Amino acid sequence: MNLTVNGVDTTIESGPLTSLLDVLREELGITSAKAGCEQGGCGACTVLVNGASRRSCLTPVASIDGAAVTTVEGLGSPEHMSPVQQAFTHHYAAQCGFCTSGMMMAAQAYIEGGGSDDHEAIQEALGGHVCRCTGYVKIIDAVAAVARGESFDLSVTAAGTAMTNIGGMA
Amino acid sequence: MAEVLIPASPSEAVSLYGDGAGTTVIAGGTVVMPEITYGRLTPGRVLLLSNAGLDGVTIDGTTITLGATTRIDTLAALGDQVAALATCADNIADGEIRGQATVGGNLCVSQGPEAPRGDLQGVLLALDATVRSAGADGERTEAIEEFLSHRAGRLVLDVSFERPSASAFSALDYPHTHEYTVLAVTGVRAADGTIRLAATGLAGTASRLHAAEALASDPTAAGAAAVGDCSFADDALASAWYREQTLPVLVRRVLNQLEESA
Repeated sequence: MNLTVNGVDTTIESGPLTSLLDVLREELGITSAKAGCEQGGCGACTVLVNGASRRSCLTPVASIDGAAVTTVEGLGSPEHMSPVQQAFTHHYAAQCGFCTSGMMMAAQAYIEGGGSDDHEAIQEALGGHVCRCTGYVKIIDAVAAVARGESFDLSVTAAGTAMTNIGGMA
Repeated sequence: MAEVLIPASPSEAVSLYGDGAGTTVIAGGTVVMPEITYGRLTPGRVLLLSNAGLDGVTIDGTTITLGATTRIDTLAALGDQVAALATCADNIADGEIRGQATVGGNLCVSQGPEAPRGDLQGVLLALDATVRSAGADGERTEAIEEFLSHRAGRLVLDVSFERPSASAFSALDYPHTHEYTVLAVTGVRAADGTIRLAATGLAGTASRLHAAEALASDPTAAGAAAVGDCSFADDALASAWYREQTLPVLVRRVLNQLEESA
């Protein structure tokens, strides 16, 4: 089996029923997709499969043979963050960070689909994602800011305070 | 290690399925994958339908056919044809699950460990849908009520129904997005004026509300009659008492919606 993972053609050795989540984490060492509930209920394992946000824990890898898979690592790097990554940083939209990758991938699919800054629409788009730190307000603010095409000053947070230690930024 | 078969056409899927003995079918994977992950299921032989060509919606005159592996989120686009189906589909879990779960899976899923499953069954019952399936005695097309009563050993191929003149859906909603349907009622007015009602989430598979249908012109009486026709599950989502109190309300709402759309 083959996948294009974050732009790189990759041969997959895992068995056909192995979840995409296990392929990413165990075979390829890509750990941004989190193993949360592993039954589709928390959203932490969400990645893009051919551009659509999808639960990697529910996806047998053989069912997407040949697909393009994007994880947070494929959005941008600490030096060159994507708009969604910049927005999450600027808006302090992460606390413990466990849900953040899944949230960002769902946000990316929402933005690529032409999503607006309407808070209800964003809530619906992120509806399958649980944040146990309950940082939802800042997460929704971040996605809305990307939808409005804002640019982000990464030396300060949205609240105007100096940025400390999120996402490798100093 | 399971033997995994990935058919590339509907006919290959039917032939590999055979009589279904010892075969686990995976369509969207939303139900089966957690079973495997948590070690509750160790399949010996798996039929993976991702490439079987069983998906797609066909509209032929007034007949609408949903392929077995049609994704739930596809149904939202049928709002102008069957409002209840689109509303019900939109009410299932969250966007990512709807993009992965399938019509066939929703028809075949067994009762969950903690709650009823099969959100679409009530809508398809009210639509008086027919199910085309394959199994030991070959291909068969039958009423969905029949199919639900003996679905083991059957591979769903597609589901068909006639476009109704009106339809309505009302569900008991929870604030959490990712739940199984606690209780939902669908009402359909067929092209000939017949009213059909069905409920999802009572207990086991969905069921028609025949007594309520007979009193459809009086929504309050119909709601009361529905209770006498049903048994109510006591589970993690709701108590039997709560379901019993709620069913008449949903029946009444659906019948009022149908009346307004007349």
